[in-house]
Amino acid sequence: MSYTALLFQAVQNVLVLLAAPLLLGWITQCRAWLQNRTGAGVLQPCRNLIKLFHKDAVLAHNASPLFRATPYILFSCMWLAAALVPVLATDLPLSPAVDVIALVGIFALARVFISLAAMDIGTAFGSLGARREMLVGFLAEPALLMVLFTASTISQSTSLITIVETLAHKQFVLYPSMAFAAVAFLMVLLAENARIPVDNPSTHLELTMIHEAMILEYSARHLALVEWASALKLLAYMTIGIALFAPWGIAESGDWGALPLALLLLFSKLLLGGAGLALMETLSAKMRIFRVPEFMGTAFLLAVLGLLTHFLLETTT
Amino acid sequence: MFDQFGLLPIDVALGVVVAWLVLGIAGLLLQNTRIITQFIFPAGALCSLVLAAAGLAGLSETSVAILPLGLPDLPFHLRMDALSSFFLLLLGGASVGISLFSAGYFRSMADDALALLSLEYHVFMAAMALVFMADDAYMFMVAWESMALSSYLLVTTDHEQGEVRRAGFLYLLIAHVGAIAILMGFGVMQGGQGDYTFDSMRHTHLSTFWATVTFLLALFGFGAKAGVLPLHAWLPEAHPAAPSPVSAMMSGIMLKTAVYGILRVSFDLLDTQLWWWGVLALTLGLLTALFGVIFAAVQSDMKRLLAYSSIENIGIILVGIGLTLIFHAFHKDALAALALTATLYHALNHAFMKSLLFLGTGSVLHATGERQLGKLGGLIHKMPKLALLMLVGTLAIAGLPPLNGFVSEWLLLQAFLLSPGLPQPYLNMLVPLAAAALALAAALAGYVMVKFYGVIFLGQPRDEKIIEVHDIGIWERIGMLCMVVACIALGVFPTFIILQLDLVTEMLVHHALGGSALQHGWLMLTPIQAERASYGPLILLCIIVIGGLATSLVVKKFYHGRLRRGPAWDCGFPAQTARMQDTAEGFGQPIRQIFEWFMGVVRQMPTPFDLHPHFHSETHDLLWNIFYAPIKRVNEMVGSQVGKLQHGRIHVYLLYSFVTLLALLAFIQ
Repeated sequence: MSYTALLFQAVQNVLVLLAAPLLLGWITQCRAWLQNRTGAGVLQPCRNLIKLFHKDAVLAHNASPLFRATPYILFSCMWLAAALVPVLATDLPLSPAVDVIALVGIFALARVFISLAAMDIGTAFGSLGARREMLVGFLAEPALLMVLFTASTISQSTSLITIVETLAHKQFVLYPSMAFAAVAFLMVLLAENARIPVDNPSTHLELTMIHEAMILEYSARHLALVEWASALKLLAYMTIGIALFAPWGIAESGDWGALPLALLLLFSKLLLGGAGLALMETLSAKMRIFRVPEFMGTAFLLAVLGLLTHFLLETTT
Repeated sequence: MFDQFGLLPIDVALGVVVAWLVLGIAGLLLQNTRIITQFIFPAGALCSLVLAAAGLAGLSETSVAILPLGLPDLPFHLRMDALSSFFLLLLGGASVGISLFSAGYFRSMADDALALLSLEYHVFMAAMALVFMADDAYMFMVAWESMALSSYLLVTTDHEQGEVRRAGFLYLLIAHVGAIAILMGFGVMQGGQGDYTFDSMRHTHLSTFWATVTFLLALFGFGAKAGVLPLHAWLPEAHPAAPSPVSAMMSGIMLKTAVYGILRVSFDLLDTQLWWWGVLALTLGLLTALFGVIFAAVQSDMKRLLAYSSIENIGIILVGIGLTLIFHAFHKDALAALALTATLYHALNHAFMKSLLFLGTGSVLHATGERQLGKLGGLIHKMPKLALLMLVGTLAIAGLPPLNGFVSEWLLLQAFLLSPGLPQPYLNMLVPLAAAALALAAALAGYVMVKFYGVIFLGQPRDEKIIEVHDIGIWERIGMLCMVVACIALGVFPTFIILQLDLVTEMLVHHALGGSALQHGWLMLTPIQAERASYGPLILLCIIVIGGLATSLVVKKFYHGRLRRGPAWDCGFPAQTARMQDTAEGFGQPIRQIFEWFMGVVRQMPTPFDLHPHFHSETHDLLWNIFYAPIKRVNEMVGSQVGKLQHGRIHVYLLYSFVTLLALLAFIQ
């Protein structure tokens, strides 16, 4: 482990922390433009966070220590997840500790904690949100795992670094399996980040909300951390998508010269991805909650199909 | 370890068995609850610790013993090789916590009842130890039956209740159907030589057909003990009926005797393995895992929920065994070693985490007298210590990093990922499907455990009597703490555990992960090569804990730590009551809806004119109708036909004897 690698890791840690709210702001801004509104600007999520940090926290009478600890655990998990994905350089010292399966595990850990916290106060909406979140999660998690498995079997490794290095530096080969995986991944991304059509991030309509129902009881710094963690989760998912399906331009280990270009490429990919997400959200409507299992089941089946395609068509040995 | 005393590991293990029997009998003679709880159970726990040490020592040195007991010319053979030692380690390690917990749990039981229970309990543990050590079929069956009978008596501790008696009978029945299959399996394996020692079975070469028959008999017989589909029916009945430490012992340890049996027969006693055995085990395991977890999600009795979760975990273990068989049959030794390591690791994990959860439900049951999830809730405020201990168990069994359940699932998924290149095209298709099903089962386990923990410990109490409960006592706390420490240690230090498991895989599949697991130091788990896969649970744990603490400090330093308490917001809805929370049925409703075709759901809908509308829905096990009901019908039919032969008149029976004699004479001619 070299000092440059550690420095790379530190740079990425700070970068994702700042980039996450900006990405969220960018998506909201794009949506506003697409809907012919002016919008509050890219910085609005940051302003929200600062406002929330300044406020006094209000805790329900029967909130347990679990409820208070969850925002920190959540934030910590999501920060780790976002910091792990090699997007700028393939030389991250933290990466060997967490491979793709463990990454999915970290997402699951965060999901379980936020669901438990939602049930902690004992309100009707809290447990409703927890139940729906776990419903989405139990199909999204294996779907994501299958997508990552497809990439893993192509690159013969579950380490994120090796996957990205393989996919970025191979001759451009079209993998049919990765096409299935990409569609499945997109569906999982939408569901896991509480986006339309599965959930509406800007809703407070009681009967349809999932993510918002779980965090209703949070306020001030706790809410800020939960929101920041959600932004980090979205960033992590977007970067995983970039790493798997568009990894070109990433800096080799220790190659400082390539870093500015990598940074530029990453930002343009994120901007494009965010705009695409906003477009998708504008064009589609939220679906009924009863249809969510169908949607997630489709994602899961597509992901399995991708893996199957790889096993059948692309293995030559 | 025991060399300096001139003792072999097997001597120590036998000593522990004798000590347990003595403790059990002493408890029976003393008939005093105080002495039994304060002395006998802790002493039993100490013996367990010694057994665990013996198991650890026995991993690296095989020792044998012959007991001059039993029938003349047929002494009991005992042997402690790596496989036996591993399971003895599991038995010893997990029973320490259970015995300590029992010391507190049974403190208010009547003298005579507890004296009997303590005898059965210690005989049960001794019988399990002997099952793991037996080296001939005779000894094995004696120990196996003692285990089944003592556990049957333990299950029916509360025999005044009709449902407990029914559950006990079902358990006894299925256990014995399984035992017959195992006995027949041994009969085939001795190959007509009449020598029932395992050593001669190892050297008998069976034809493919007879080897297959043996394997199927073993899978059936041991599967009945483990709760493999469709022989799972006794688990969700017997586990809730038994006292909680007994449920913990049965689910955590006794189910593993079946795993031991399957491993012993298929890898040690049989000398050939066919790849399709593996496919069979893999498929059965997946079905069992999915079945168990889906049914666990719709349960509303906390111990039944855990029983179904045990079925799921047994399924996962069977998947591991199946994968090992497939790899071993194709001579992919490194992969077989990886799959077997995952299997053994999961067995060890499950012993600790499931026992922990069952003990916790025992404490909840003691404190509230309630097993129905629908009447619990909010216990984290009344029983904070229990809630913290149970949180670890819940996260562990949900398969979340950095705890132990994740490690074994990680290893198993790695084994799946490395399997391309099997020479069978159909297998290559099966493997990704199996991996997907396994991932689905693992994710559903998270759903189940959120329901389990959330409904019991979080929210508001759903029943008034919960308001006056007290937290667990010191013995319970120590017992559960042992389990929690084991769960965390197994999760954070996998490389040390795998080094020990290597000795078992070396014995069974002649290959071990060995050096490759350790090539990057003990921090990183790298089962094959570092480039292929690595996992550093300690680093992960440290980052999450330090990250969380640092965030908390920074936020409070830069801004403030001001906090107010107020009523819950709940979208401004003022009149909320505890009944508005999700019940267990409510939380499981989506699963019931999605998998309705998989289970029999009976709903009672109120009519629109009903003044006291009442909705009732019940979930049934369809397999009961498909599999058990026909057998029961045939059995009853045959029974009634046979019954016609019996008249109760002596001359008719004499006639039967005469006819039989004639027939036999004709046969001999």
